[in-house]
Amino acid sequence: MHRFANPARFLRIAAVILPWSAGLTVVLLVLGLYLSLFGSPPDYQQGETVRIMYIHVPAAWMSLFVYTNMAVAAAVGLVWKHPLADLFAKAAAPIGAGFTFVCLVTGSLWGAPMWGTWWVWDARLTSVLILFFLYLGYMALVNAFDDPERGIKAGNVLLLVGIVNVPIIKFSVDWWNTLHQPSSVIKMGGPSIAGPMLWPLLVMAMAFTAYFVTVVLLRVKSEIVARKVQTLRLNEARG
Amino acid sequence: MAEFFAMGGYAAYVWPAYAVTALVLVGLLVTTLRGLRSHEATLKALEGSRPPRRRSRREAAGPGAAAEMGEG
Repeated sequence: MHRFANPARFLRIAAVILPWSAGLTVVLLVLGLYLSLFGSPPDYQQGETVRIMYIHVPAAWMSLFVYTNMAVAAAVGLVWKHPLADLFAKAAAPIGAGFTFVCLVTGSLWGAPMWGTWWVWDARLTSVLILFFLYLGYMALVNAFDDPERGIKAGNVLLLVGIVNVPIIKFSVDWWNTLHQPSSVIKMGGPSIAGPMLWPLLVMAMAFTAYFVTVVLLRVKSEIVARKVQTLRLNEARG
Repeated sequence: MAEFFAMGGYAAYVWPAYAVTALVLVGLLVTTLRGLRSHEATLKALEGSRPPRRRSRREAAGPGAAAEMGEG
């Protein structure tokens, strides 16, 4: 068993990491927001709406990043039955769903003035909407069972099945003719986005990542405490 | 100042985007912290109402000890 399997050790490590990740989140958010709103130029075509990009793109990256982490945790949970892996997947889900929701909404708000539509059923938007449903479906599935262990197991299977959606989302703009623009950052040959726009993007992405680390640690801690409560209650019921 | 808030005429799109993001991120954090505080309070209440740990854990444990994930 990996040494982080022991929740007491996890709680100690989390207690050390949390103040740093929380502090980093605040610092990076302040810096990122400053750069996004003040420290970067308007786009020659899109004007000030480009500032939506500094939320939309990092949120999209996070939605994929969180899901991938959850799928890895699901595999670890299914194969090695690592209890912390299961708790991590459950804890990360609402955060991933939140980022996906932000991505979809900010995308619509950006699309309406710039691309002339709030929504289109192209490959990128549709597959991200499916990702959002996968998050919601996972959360519903895990909570649908009386036995939490069965719920976790079912959820893990769903996560592994849904992982195929992640590369589909990433390559959708290459494989299909989409309204959504092609990749300009993570692609062969490196980023083609202008420097003054790349920096706010990266800082906001790091801020969102630090936020994710902070909140997921808090949520795993919450799950551990909830399980202790349940165990105590079960022991009391047994007498 | 007014220019900044006008966002080149796109204020109706830019500011709601930032607002929704703030709402989601702050809301998630608040919900998480409330849940954590609530669970910790319940745990404290349950542990407080139990007799001293060592003796009762060994007596009452049995199958329950396997279900516990270890000392907190």
